[in-house]
Amino acid sequence: MASDTLAGAPRSDAEISGLDALEIAGREKVPSRVRRVWSATWPKLAALALAIALWQAVVWSGWKDPWALPGPVPVFADLGHYALSSALWEGLATTARRAAVGFAAAVAVGLLLGLAVARVKVLRAAIGSMITALQTMPSIAWFPLAILLFELSEQAIFFVVVLGAAPSVANGVIHGVDYVPPLLVRAGRNLGARGLNLYRYVVAPAALPAIVAGLKQGWAFAWRSLMAGELLVVIASRTSIGAQLTYARELSDPVRLMAIMIVILVVGIVVDAAFGAADKAIRRRWGVLDQAGN
Amino acid sequence: MTSTTTTPRSATGSVALRGVTKVYGQGDQAVLALDRVSLDVAPGEFVCLVGASGCGKSTLLNLVAGLDRVSGGRIDLGEGVNPGLMFQESALFPWLTVEGNVEVPLKLRGLPRAERRARVAELLRTVHLSEFGRKRPHQLSGGMRQRVALARTLALDTPVLLMDEPFGALDAMTRDILHDELERIWSERKLTVIFVTHNVREAARLADRIILLSSRPGRIIYSTEVDVPRPRRIDSPEIAAIAAEVTDRLRTEVGRHGQ
Repeated sequence: MASDTLAGAPRSDAEISGLDALEIAGREKVPSRVRRVWSATWPKLAALALAIALWQAVVWSGWKDPWALPGPVPVFADLGHYALSSALWEGLATTARRAAVGFAAAVAVGLLLGLAVARVKVLRAAIGSMITALQTMPSIAWFPLAILLFELSEQAIFFVVVLGAAPSVANGVIHGVDYVPPLLVRAGRNLGARGLNLYRYVVAPAALPAIVAGLKQGWAFAWRSLMAGELLVVIASRTSIGAQLTYARELSDPVRLMAIMIVILVVGIVVDAAFGAADKAIRRRWGVLDQAGN
Repeated sequence: MTSTTTTPRSATGSVALRGVTKVYGQGDQAVLALDRVSLDVAPGEFVCLVGASGCGKSTLLNLVAGLDRVSGGRIDLGEGVNPGLMFQESALFPWLTVEGNVEVPLKLRGLPRAERRARVAELLRTVHLSEFGRKRPHQLSGGMRQRVALARTLALDTPVLLMDEPFGALDAMTRDILHDELERIWSERKLTVIFVTHNVREAARLADRIILLSSRPGRIIYSTEVDVPRPRRIDSPEIAAIAAEVTDRLRTEVGRHGQ
């Protein structure tokens, strides 16, 4: 019948690009950077101010003597002196080196262990649940054994840091590999990724968010284990941050003690924030943050 | 930079299934998914497989794609042919840009960087997405994602394209456009296409030949040539008539399971 009007109606390129433009319109509304930074920052600043005010209020209440609980003013003043002294920076250098070495070892062990458990069924049955059980063990409880094995040395500290952090990293890897979408694996295989290439091109990147989450948690455990270790395993020639904390208590220097605690807290928060930023960057790239689909 | 040719490496593209059987599970639990399916697809032919749920359409594509093994029978593809496979979901890698996704099969084939760049640009032009190379999959619409997936599959330079309900999740207008696009690319590149769908009209719109599969187990029960000149429209009376005929057969087959 009217076949000449029905047939032969090829789509114009304009029609295709028009539809594309309509479909993705309004998908990328991003508030200004300053706004975003400010809205993320002010609650933290407010909470910090509130915490310091509470601290000052407790001091003013006279609940404890000033030599037991100093107020924020002398502590922050001492923190200023401390920051200008070589003691802080040498201590930080020692502690940071230990943290880096210990965490790196924990990551290596955790990645290998996690990959092995994720891949090998027998291993999973054998030690899969033990990895989680290991996580519940308070790291300080490992120290008596660590000191027996390695005496008062850095090895004892590394031993506990690795035991504390590696299970979290391993769990992140296991979780990540387990939850790689099977569709992506099939697509990858169809595109020619076999064996090691399948890991390189599909499994590893797909598991990355879970692995980063594992690293973040592993860092928290590593930092706690390291601090516990430095308090217990004091090596006189190397005045780490933890050792200085112990000295401050032994020398009844409460102001310095609190100043060191603030340093420990800040280091923990800064590194954690770095992991948090990495995690967020990955999720933004993947489009998981705004849940736009796929 | 020199070779941006679009001709497939292999001139073949025929697909031959000989008594292909697929059984899942063992013993009492065994389920016969495909029962002695024989099918010859000529090079450059567009075949649509239609069937109700449980007819083993997707199983069949997985077997042809080599992602699963046959329990019996044989599948013959041309020498060295690895068919490309597309899914209902785009299955794009969310950690890569559009360009990065299309580049993956080229990287896996070991093409040098300059050549990869040129091929990616050419493929994105083919699917009308040149401006979107730097976007990430989540920034695109469903139809655009499927076009990226098509470009990525074309990057395999394979003469055989297997499509598993690739437009099933799209709205009607986007689907119409993608039918036109697929038809154009198919004829330009002389591809062999095996296209699975439960949408009978879609099959009539696209196919040279429609093949109806029965459910549980999957068997070929009907086959018809679509003798309508191209380009076609999905809302034309000729297409509607063929769709009606296939739908009747499909309903009879589905009704058989209700008794």
